[in-house]
Parts: sequence; structure tokens; C-alpha cells
Amino acid sequence: MINQYETVFILTPVLSDAQMKETVSKFTSYLKENGAEIVRVENWGLRKLTYPIQKKTTGFYNLIEFKAEGTLLDKLETEYRRDERIIRFLSFKLDKYAIEYSTKKRNMKTAKKIEE
Amino acid sequence: MANSTQNQSEIRYLTPPSVEIKKKKYCRFKKNGIKYVDYKDPEFLKKFLNEQGKILPRRLTGTSLKYQRKVSIAIKRARHLALLPYVVDMLK
Repeated sequence: MINQYETVFILTPVLSDAQMKETVSKFTSYLKENGAEIVRVENWGLRKLTYPIQKKTTGFYNLIEFKAEGTLLDKLETEYRRDERIIRFLSFKLDKYAIEYSTKKRNMKTAKKIEE
Repeated sequence: MANSTQNQSEIRYLTPPSVEIKKKKYCRFKKNGIKYVDYKDPEFLKKFLNEQGKILPRRLTGTSLKYQRKVSIAIKRARHLALLPYVVDMLK
């Protein structure tokens, strides 16, 4: 059973830009190796946290949307827990409305790019 | 007798009694055709929180049950990702 999932993780602000990108690519390649199809990768940049996590007040937010088997999610989350650069993560299955919403948003973005 | 009833109808008030017009509450999701509540937009979700960051009840916001559930899930996701606070004073 292949489902669409979304996962967001927050990286520590101590990383440099290159280190951050390397971490993100590590997880995208991990997903790809395990047979996931990546739909969308988003980088929200450095954002302020509304409450401190592990005594940090800022963090790099990253989002990955992918299609995969449900069993991969468990593996991904253990991978998250092993990586100490990740201070918080959230992943969940998208329902049909969420898929509709994300595709619509993506189409709007691509349309804007073409206009420019 | 006839006189007194006439007097009663002629009572004048110094301040006109306010007739309460109840504004009907509506579900903003149903009205605007929103099908999915996005947890990534904390500014929008703040409309459903009180000053302490608690989720407002349906009876105040007018949201239908179907969307209230989705709102509460979205708020909880946003809280977990530190987009919204768990506890605060003076959110707005």
C-alpha cells in the first residue's frame, strides 16, 4: 500500500548553510534508496521557535513530501532519532484533501514561476 | 381604563431600549469552501486560540464539528513544531 506522507524536521541552528543542505540531502537520498518517490522538498530557512527546544530558540525548518510504503516511515523516524542534528520532527499521512491542497499550491507556484 | 392603556403605549424612554440583533454564527470553512486546514500557517490558526493559546470552543467560533476536529489537529501539529506555543500569556 503506497501512501503519500509529509515530514517536517527542525535542525539545530549551529549548523552552517552547507552542513544544513548536506543533512537534508542525506535524508532525501535515504528515502530514495528505500524506494520512495519524492514529491516536494521545501526549505523554510531559519525560523524562530515559539518556545525553546533543547535550549535553542531558532531552527532550520525543512519539509519533504514523498510517496512510499508505510513501513518506511518507522525506519525514517529511527533515522531521525539517531541524528543529533535534528531537534524535532513530525511526519504523517496525507489524506485526500491534503493531497489536493498541496498539488494546488504547487501548481500555483509553478504557474507563477512561468509568468516571471 | 381606556386612558391608562393609552398612557402605557405612549411611554417614552430616555434611552431607547436596545433590541438585540443576534448575528448568526457561521462556519468559515463551509462558507469559503476550505477543505484542508493547514498547520503551517500559524497566523490563521491564531484565530482559533484565546490569549493563553488555548483552543476556543465551537460555541464561540461557530466552526462546524467536522472542521473543529481538523482545526484542533492542525493546532496540535503546529504546537509540536514550535509554530504555536503550548502556553503563553498575551498571545495577541
